[in-house]
Amino acid sequence: MRRNLKGAYTIWYRDVIRFSRDRPRIIAALAQPMLYLFVFGTGLGSAMSGSPAGAVDFRQFMFPGTLAMTVLFTAIFSAISIVWDREFGFLKEVMVAPVSRTAVALGKVAGGATVAMFQGVVALLLAPVVGVKLSIDQIASIVGLMLLLATVMTSFGILIAARQKSMEGFQMMMNFLLMPMFFLSGAFFPLRGVPPWMAVLATVDPVTYGVDSLRQVVLRRSLSAEMLGALTVHPMVTNVVVMALLSVAFVVPAVWQFGRQD
Amino acid sequence: MHAIEARQLVRKFGDFVAVAGVEFEVRQGEVFGFLGPNGAGKSTTINMLCTMMRPTSGTAVINGHDVVARPDLVRQSIGIIFQDASLDDRLTGLENLRFHAMLYDIPRETFAARSKELLAMVDLTDKAGEQVRTYSGGMKRRLEIARGLLHHPKVLFLDEPTIGLDPQTRRHIWQYLMKLRQQEGVTMFMTTHYMEEAEHCDRIAVIDHGTIVALDTPENLKGLVGGDIITVRTSDDVRAAARLKAAKGADTRPGPDGQLIVETTNGDRFIPVLIEALANDDPPIAVESIGLSRPTLEDVFIKLTGHAIRASEADATQPLRQMARMWTGGRR
Repeated sequence: MRRNLKGAYTIWYRDVIRFSRDRPRIIAALAQPMLYLFVFGTGLGSAMSGSPAGAVDFRQFMFPGTLAMTVLFTAIFSAISIVWDREFGFLKEVMVAPVSRTAVALGKVAGGATVAMFQGVVALLLAPVVGVKLSIDQIASIVGLMLLLATVMTSFGILIAARQKSMEGFQMMMNFLLMPMFFLSGAFFPLRGVPPWMAVLATVDPVTYGVDSLRQVVLRRSLSAEMLGALTVHPMVTNVVVMALLSVAFVVPAVWQFGRQD
Repeated sequence: MHAIEARQLVRKFGDFVAVAGVEFEVRQGEVFGFLGPNGAGKSTTINMLCTMMRPTSGTAVINGHDVVARPDLVRQSIGIIFQDASLDDRLTGLENLRFHAMLYDIPRETFAARSKELLAMVDLTDKAGEQVRTYSGGMKRRLEIARGLLHHPKVLFLDEPTIGLDPQTRRHIWQYLMKLRQQEGVTMFMTTHYMEEAEHCDRIAVIDHGTIVALDTPENLKGLVGGDIITVRTSDDVRAAARLKAAKGADTRPGPDGQLIVETTNGDRFIPVLIEALANDDPPIAVESIGLSRPTLEDVFIKLTGHAIRASEADATQPLRQMARMWTGGRR
């Protein structure tokens, strides 16, 4: 038991150290949201200035969406990396160490989620640039929500990657799973008043709950409660409970899949 | 007790039989080689012995522990050096060792002493504080060897330990391996498709299509393909041939461009005898040049399997390997 805890800790710690040494990656974490916010956000914002959503600064509206995007893609990428890390990387060395597969998988979920949360925190630095003011307790809630979303997505990614032996499935997954999940989450448009089919898909999309909850916290001081209610879909409690349930629902099979031996 | 005992080990992938009932023992302290082309079943066998893959049938016992029943005890008693570097490039050499110590639950004080000793053995003491991505291929390999030994394994597995390294580095790695064999007395099990490398082993199992086709010392294996060949050029080949036959009972045959060829079992010992016999003839026969060629393991392999060891080819895992490089090597 002690050994397995130490093993899981080692794997988590490795991911954290790697992140702290990877400056280009930290800069990339800023560059992508900036691109979306200033090019996409500015362009779309002026085009929509007549509509109800145009009543708020569109870049402010998008900002929580870019936080979710950063967390989502970092988490999935971490999870996917186990495919080759296990064949050719450090993880191969971990797999032959006297540490249980469950500990390895849990360490990897913790590591991936932590790094994704850190990337999200880096992206959060853009808040003043788009004119979003945040208090300390708001920041604390945002960090918590990002960690929760990161846990959901890392375990989801590991669940998919655990049995994968090649990179072929990777592109497929990006195109047919990840991008739709991101677009349907309401990151860049409000989910109020969308056609029913889209509303249904958005409801089963785990990312929706991350975006929705982040938006409620991030814009709490920038928008009136009434306006915020018109731009979000679920009560805060629903968002948090759904994400908590989903993380358990993904972690358990992910650990099981990862532990299966050839 | 043997270090490794494999009994009727079989591994199938669907209908394909990768390993078809291999059976061997490795003695304590022995350097044992698995020689064969890519796809012969070497890596599959090593994966089964290291508890990475379950045998379809048969058993394997490492250091007294069954690989299926007690994988935890097996893992505790083995060290592995993989074909692909499994170091983390973003960590320093010492950190890579420390992470290994954490995974194997080695106490801090033991680690401090042991890592120092091993880093000195592989000549990496000065580089230990630098990130592994600044290391050369040979340095990475040496660090992996040190890491594999950190937890005092009884058996060290080496999967193609010098693949992709230049000949000079390869020689160095072998010097380190021989040194650690002396200092640590560890049993080594290696796979290779380099003939020269197999020469370092005490015994070699030649494997092809999942079956062991021969298992013996390198010397005895070479004995399978006939003796040493001495090629000699003299001032008078006809008299030389007659003299060798009369004095030493040696049969000769003419070579492709006017030399004499003598086939014998111990060529190195026969050369002085031959020179002396020719010099003592009356009048003496002058030796102009002399050459000795011994059968290689390549010859053995061809004789046993009917084909040469194929050169390493790019396989299906290549794209994945590239992703791995991007991930571990990072952007530079």
